[in-house]
Amino acid sequence: MSVSSTPASAARAPAPRRLGRRQRQRLTRAVAYAVFAAVVVAVGALADWGKLAESFFRLDIAAAMFPEIVTVALRNTIVYTVLSFLFGLVAGLALALMRLSSIAPYRWFATAYIELFRGLPALLVLFLVGYGVPLAFPDVQIVGGIYGSIALGLGLTAAAYMAETIRAGVQAVPRGQLEAARTLGMSHPRAMVSIVLPQAFRIVIPPLTNEFIMLTKDTSLAYVLGVTATSIEVTKFAGDELNRHVNPTPLLVAGFMYLLITLPLSQLVHRLERRGARRG
Amino acid sequence: MTTPAIEISDLRKSFGSLEVLRGIDLSVGFGEVVCVIGPSGSGKSTLLRCVNLLEEPDGGSVRVGGVEVTDPDCDLDGLRRTIGMVFQSFNLFGHLSVLANLTIAQRRVLKRSRADAELIARENLERVGLADKAGAYPAQLSGGQQQRAAIARSLAMSPELMLFDEPTSALDPELVGEVLAVMRSLAAEGMTMMVVTHEMGFAREVADRVVFMDGGQVVEAGPPADVLGSPTEARTREFLHRVLTH
Repeated sequence: MSVSSTPASAARAPAPRRLGRRQRQRLTRAVAYAVFAAVVVAVGALADWGKLAESFFRLDIAAAMFPEIVTVALRNTIVYTVLSFLFGLVAGLALALMRLSSIAPYRWFATAYIELFRGLPALLVLFLVGYGVPLAFPDVQIVGGIYGSIALGLGLTAAAYMAETIRAGVQAVPRGQLEAARTLGMSHPRAMVSIVLPQAFRIVIPPLTNEFIMLTKDTSLAYVLGVTATSIEVTKFAGDELNRHVNPTPLLVAGFMYLLITLPLSQLVHRLERRGARRG
Repeated sequence: MTTPAIEISDLRKSFGSLEVLRGIDLSVGFGEVVCVIGPSGSGKSTLLRCVNLLEEPDGGSVRVGGVEVTDPDCDLDGLRRTIGMVFQSFNLFGHLSVLANLTIAQRRVLKRSRADAELIARENLERVGLADKAGAYPAQLSGGQQQRAAIARSLAMSPELMLFDEPTSALDPELVGEVLAVMRSLAAEGMTMMVVTHEMGFAREVADRVVFMDGGQVVEAGPPADVLGSPTEARTREFLHRVLTH
């Protein structure tokens, strides 16, 4: 604070009415705080807290959702997410390698696939898998029933996104790594598996986590395939409760369930990144 | 007449319209140390990279131990096992510890057991003075230590010859000495070495032959005392003058 004495004495000189750099910074910050506080106060004052509590915070309705929302719905949401993520990861890796391949038709196919599935809404793809595949191939049963259909339906779209992410990761590994591996006598596939891909995956862990979180939320589309009491996931479960009680409290509980998955995940990745950074 | 370690004849290579190598003839005998010097852009690194086919030549022939490397039927992976290579940018595998950097190719390529590979790795780390760094990761090492580890990684494959591509150019000046010391002791052990370098002192002291390249051609080649001491070509004199008086 003692620093301000210098600009103040300078301000006494005839010409400058302009603020010093430090003063301007302080003023900008003060305005930013004031605006933020005003918004918070306005929202708090204008909201009808009584009505809100009545609608969204009915503890009796929330309590009635347990334990099924966890033992059935949350469990299914996690299973759907993990299955579609694994499918997307394997297919995405294959597509990424095809895009980087020296064989032109592989590149064409991968490019076409990625452009197509990135452009289609996940809901539509899920629908096509759920109802189109059984029509087109009446003798084919998708492995795992509804679980398989959802993994496939969401995984096909996720694969397109993950392929681009993984490709960028592979290209971010310096070319010298591959050259050094080849120089030691490793074949190209061996060098990819042992040297390039492990480093690429470390680079793409943050964006892949993003993909996982998006998939977690996309599992709320599973209802289009007609989930049953045992295969129900969080959003559908909450929606049913909402209709039954004509009260939106279940939505709040559902939101909490999603955070239960995503927040620890962010923490885990944060820790993985820090461990990676220490090694370089 | 014994087969030379490396025998290059009329080697040509272009990148697009840029002719980088314009008919190179060069041979390196077993046990010989050949230093390749020349201004940047003269094609010396490309020449080195053609020896183990990191660059595909457009014309001419490269024989390593009598085997034509440009032959499509040549077992390139098998041949590369016998040719160690050290890069300007070290290229240690960043996700692996120093020990794993030295063992991975031994185990995956030479199919040595873990115990054998680690034994050989530790011997070679000892050789370059890094016995205590086996558990470290590359990012934790100085540039000089990384380059010595990279040399040890090549040596662990028991190569018959070694290629060095400006091994000290990316190093801080005070770290150059430790890498050159390792290379000097390698040469003293009789390793066949082809070294692209800007270290004239090293070339003068260690090389059996110095090759001066400019504009994609070998301008002058011979014992270091001749090429560096009393060059016959004007271009060589000019280059040495610039390098030694900068």
